[in-house]
Amino acid sequence: MHIGEAMSIDRTRRKLVNAFACTAVSAAMLPCCPGRSALAAAYGLEFKLRKIADGVFAFRGVDELMSAANQGAISNLAVVVGSDAVAVIDSGGSLVEANALIAAIGKMSAKPVRYLINTHMHPDHIFGNAAFREIGATIVGHRNLPRALEARGAFYLQGFREQIGGALMKGIEIIPPTMLVDDRLQLDLGGRVLELQAWKAAHTDNDLTVFDSATRTLFAGDLVFIGSLPTLDGSLLGWLHQMDALAAVGAARVVPGHGPVPADWPQALTAQRRYFEILARDIRKAIADGTPLSDAVKTAGASERGNWQLFDDYNERNATAAFAELEWE
Amino acid sequence: MQNHAYTSRQLVLPLAAIFAAIILGTLFGSSGAANAQQTAASSDRIWQDLKGDVFGDRAILVDTGVVRIEAPKRAQDAAIVPVDIYIDPAKAADDIKSVTLIIDVNPAPVAATFQIGKDAGVTHLSTRVRVNDYSYLRAIAETRGGELHMAQTFVKASGGCSVPAVKNQDEAIATMGQMKLRQFPPQETMTKAQELQLMIRHPNNSGLQRNPQTQYFIPAHFVQKLSISQADRPILSMEGGISISEDPNFRFDFTAHGTGDIQVEAIDTDGKVFRNQWPLEATGL
Repeated sequence: MHIGEAMSIDRTRRKLVNAFACTAVSAAMLPCCPGRSALAAAYGLEFKLRKIADGVFAFRGVDELMSAANQGAISNLAVVVGSDAVAVIDSGGSLVEANALIAAIGKMSAKPVRYLINTHMHPDHIFGNAAFREIGATIVGHRNLPRALEARGAFYLQGFREQIGGALMKGIEIIPPTMLVDDRLQLDLGGRVLELQAWKAAHTDNDLTVFDSATRTLFAGDLVFIGSLPTLDGSLLGWLHQMDALAAVGAARVVPGHGPVPADWPQALTAQRRYFEILARDIRKAIADGTPLSDAVKTAGASERGNWQLFDDYNERNATAAFAELEWE
Repeated sequence: MQNHAYTSRQLVLPLAAIFAAIILGTLFGSSGAANAQQTAASSDRIWQDLKGDVFGDRAILVDTGVVRIEAPKRAQDAAIVPVDIYIDPAKAADDIKSVTLIIDVNPAPVAATFQIGKDAGVTHLSTRVRVNDYSYLRAIAETRGGELHMAQTFVKASGGCSVPAVKNQDEAIATMGQMKLRQFPPQETMTKAQELQLMIRHPNNSGLQRNPQTQYFIPAHFVQKLSISQADRPILSMEGGISISEDPNFRFDFTAHGTGDIQVEAIDTDGKVFRNQWPLEATGL
């Protein structure tokens, strides 16, 4: 399924390039061009936006690292349709993906995309922001998101050029939110209200969740990983300490940042909680024993290897961040 | 957008300013090609251009065994790259007085210079650094007689979501200046020295990162002077420090002289001074 989706996006991308070959158009200009409906048709056929509840749709990202082959489409994205307007949760890992999403929404609803909500700073969730700016959406994020993007944006643009290639990077900009969430914020889409909640440092220091009370669907961003190893870029203790509060959200289902969509709630938290507890236990023992960081990270959490996709890509990095944090306990 | 003048107002250290001026053009230059990933060869070219600015035309002896450097071949987290420096004074003509740590591709490549106290017995120093890209890490030891000895190791860092930035900025500011000292007794035999691990809470922002919206540099804020001594007798001190990781962390062996307290003073680029001291723990000697 994942491979099929990735390839189909690739096909639509080639169509896109062909359609505008004579105008040297930048990806950011796409939505204003007359060919948009044709593009929408092309994308809408291929970009699988699945209905998971009344007025709630989700795209399932592949469990891979971002690459040219998967068009950066590795994180789950979601759309909530109200009677007046549409809100989108995360913009994806490229403009190709973001434009495919916008086209798919256009096929489904004529209502304006009023809000793009960024759940956090990582490129697979924000690289498509420019496409949403172009269609006039207000970009919404955690109060810490602008600061985090300020410190990281240049590295993301440089580092991902190597990883996903210059062609897919074309037109990608780091665009911070203009509507910030300090603690909680409600967004009225007409007939349904989204409840946004800013969390303390966990996956990152700018994690935001979205709760659709009409269907009791929780959009957890990367505060929830299922199947694909969680990545730690904020605070292990913060994540563990807030897991109970997260579990207490009265959701019927969750759209995790990575993993199957939708998933049962709060059972979706079980595996990642176990992983973090094992990682913390192993690291704490190493610290108590006086084992240096460089040695400790080679074995910490190793018993979890068989339980996760991308374990070898991220576990040692998680262990490194965890060691530096837990040394201060 | 690519032609904005570089601003250097945040470059606190004159040395850093010089190196930044040399290097920034390479890292964040105007052509797309300038964004290409560094290689061993391009890292080495940076070093060839840079070494005269740091050491003049003095001879640098390579791989003499006087100094060794170890780091992971592939750094898992570009913000926290563990590095171990070993010095073996027996292989040099006389004592080692300092070790300079260089990270070729960082905007200010001189990460830190460590002065080693006379008779302090420091032969191994571990710390953690930020590495912006694929780069050589180099340790250059200087003897009291002025000989330079270098060792190097290549590290593949950065890429993907792993960037040399502070993870939890609110926490970093709230806890700034806290210190922790761990003392490890001599291992194995009584001939092996005891170890200290000094940890300081500080965001240690190198600056030298351009805000993608404004193109201005984010202000630097890091611990630029650190001295560790026992009863006013220097063990280890550091100057520079621009590429040392958030919450600077130093672990090193040393030879205690008497039973005096371990004293630490750190000064950051805002001029804030952090001091602390701890009794020397009994080592059983």
